Amino acid sequence: MNIDLLTVDSARTAVLEKQTTATALVDAFYKKIDTEDAAIGAYLTLCKERAYQQAARVDALADKGDALPPLAGVPIAVKDVFATNGVRTTAGSKILANFISPYNATVVARLEAAGAIILGKTNCDEFAMGSSNENSGFHPVHNPRDRSRVPGGSSGGSAAVVAAGTAVASIGSDTGGSIRQPAAFCGVVGLKPTYGRVSRYGLIAFASSLDHVGPFGKSVKDTALMLQYMAGREPLDSTSADVPVPNYLDQIEKPVRGLRIGVPEEYFGEGLDPEVRSAIEAGIQELAKAGCEIVPISLPNTKYAIPTYYVVATAEASSNLARYDGVRYGVRATDGKTLAEMYRRTRDAGFGAEVKRRIMLGTYVLSAGYYDAYYLKAQRVRRLLASDFDQAFAKVDAIVTPTTPTPAFKLGEKTDDPLAMYLADIFTVTANLAGIPGISIPCGKSKEGLPIGMQILGKYFDEPMVLRVGHVVEHALAGTVEG
Amino acid sequence: MVTDKDVSYVADLAHLELTEDERVRMLKDLNSILGYIDRLNELDTANVEPMAQVASRPPRRGGETSGTEGYAYAMRADEPRPSLPHEEAMRNAPVSDGVFFKVPKVIER
Repeated sequence: MNIDLLTVDSARTAVLEKQTTATALVDAFYKKIDTEDAAIGAYLTLCKERAYQQAARVDALADKGDALPPLAGVPIAVKDVFATNGVRTTAGSKILANFISPYNATVVARLEAAGAIILGKTNCDEFAMGSSNENSGFHPVHNPRDRSRVPGGSSGGSAAVVAAGTAVASIGSDTGGSIRQPAAFCGVVGLKPTYGRVSRYGLIAFASSLDHVGPFGKSVKDTALMLQYMAGREPLDSTSADVPVPNYLDQIEKPVRGLRIGVPEEYFGEGLDPEVRSAIEAGIQELAKAGCEIVPISLPNTKYAIPTYYVVATAEASSNLARYDGVRYGVRATDGKTLAEMYRRTRDAGFGAEVKRRIMLGTYVLSAGYYDAYYLKAQRVRRLLASDFDQAFAKVDAIVTPTTPTPAFKLGEKTDDPLAMYLADIFTVTANLAGIPGISIPCGKSKEGLPIGMQILGKYFDEPMVLRVGHVVEHALAGTVEG
Repeated sequence: MVTDKDVSYVADLAHLELTEDERVRMLKDLNSILGYIDRLNELDTANVEPMAQVASRPPRRGGETSGTEGYAYAMRADEPRPSLPHEEAMRNAPVSDGVFFKVPKVIER
């Protein structure tokens, strides 16, 4: 059995029809991880005991001929920002290098209840802060498509495992583009659902009003299948939305003829790599051929998105990361003679440079005398950005843009200039600020063979639309990930 | 804009002890980023309400939902429920006596 060709559906079917066992699948994936992951660095922790226990449970059901749960036997990976009971959970940070989570994140519990097998925890930028996975407190991740390049971030590990075939699907988090951007760089599908669609309980918080939980898959269909068992109201997350979960697969196959697709001029300006431009235009052509109406639109406040994001996100992060003080969990600096010294030294030793930079920026913009000028100002601009989308969606059903301005850059290329790194998120942060759903699907390659991603944005809770449009482009371009 | 004194003050607030090199770098980075953020002042937002988060309005389940209206408020019945057992909560304690987390002295004389 060629595990590189497995999809979410075919993995479960293979177990159901007894072509293989869940245990054999786990064996095969760990063998592949053993030989291939060292060069990529996507995994931080492997959960072998847990994986084999889950596989045994699935195999017991299959042996008895009992009904198999919907994701039974599907080997997945989980970004290390998700609390996983009994398993080391680091958020990519040295400050949590020894932290064993005492509980499960809701999405972890839901996916396991659906029968999925968690192979391990994936590498990420520290506390989800970064766009290249170079800010990991442990080691960077190499893009499986070109090992001299970044996989994107912050969910670089979760994107890489799907691209490399060392998991069939995975989950990540997206605060400013951290699912969609690595999906684009690695040539896989990544979905950021609507804010509140998937519970954040157990997601180590970076910026609570911007954090989103979402799946990666080899195809739009696989991504939809993962979302099906992740989504839904969950009382432990107070921002979890009380909106029914549709059957996503039913929605995907609906025809797109007559749909109005918005193309915003602000996402196609200068700074956009010409190869990315032509790849996305080719994708838009496919939608036109399928009978969609292509509508030029404007999202006029787009250029204010990055500054808005870096005020709001860093402010929220400075608050969320205040808990890492060495008192109750994580590593603790032992040379502090007073409590205050202990806090300072623990945090200075445990946090990397980017995390410290963002905490400092966030603390500054919230401090007395600056709160109104920065934080409140940014919140007002946030409303303008959200209303740009409200107005656009009165005229169109979905919006199509490039996911990133360029394909994957080289490791080390942007590490000296934080601002240059921040600008990699220019097309993705808007959806986090507004809370609308967005997907990145593979849409061609550069001349050097680097994947290019197309982003599709939709209205609140209109994941079906976003998946449907993505599915059409994917099939038109036959752009599903090669094994 | 940002001065050395500001960096010290903010580091204090954030409970970070920066090294000398970090301080220098931080001054440069903060000024560069805040300089970029300044462009927000190009926008007149005098009549725009701040938007703290997306999920700020109550739901209308089954009714028309538009914009941010699909979100449920957090309120639940005020009933006690089991929480993380003490033993579990102490499992990751760097220093403890089994009952409490132990820390260096809090009050200096």
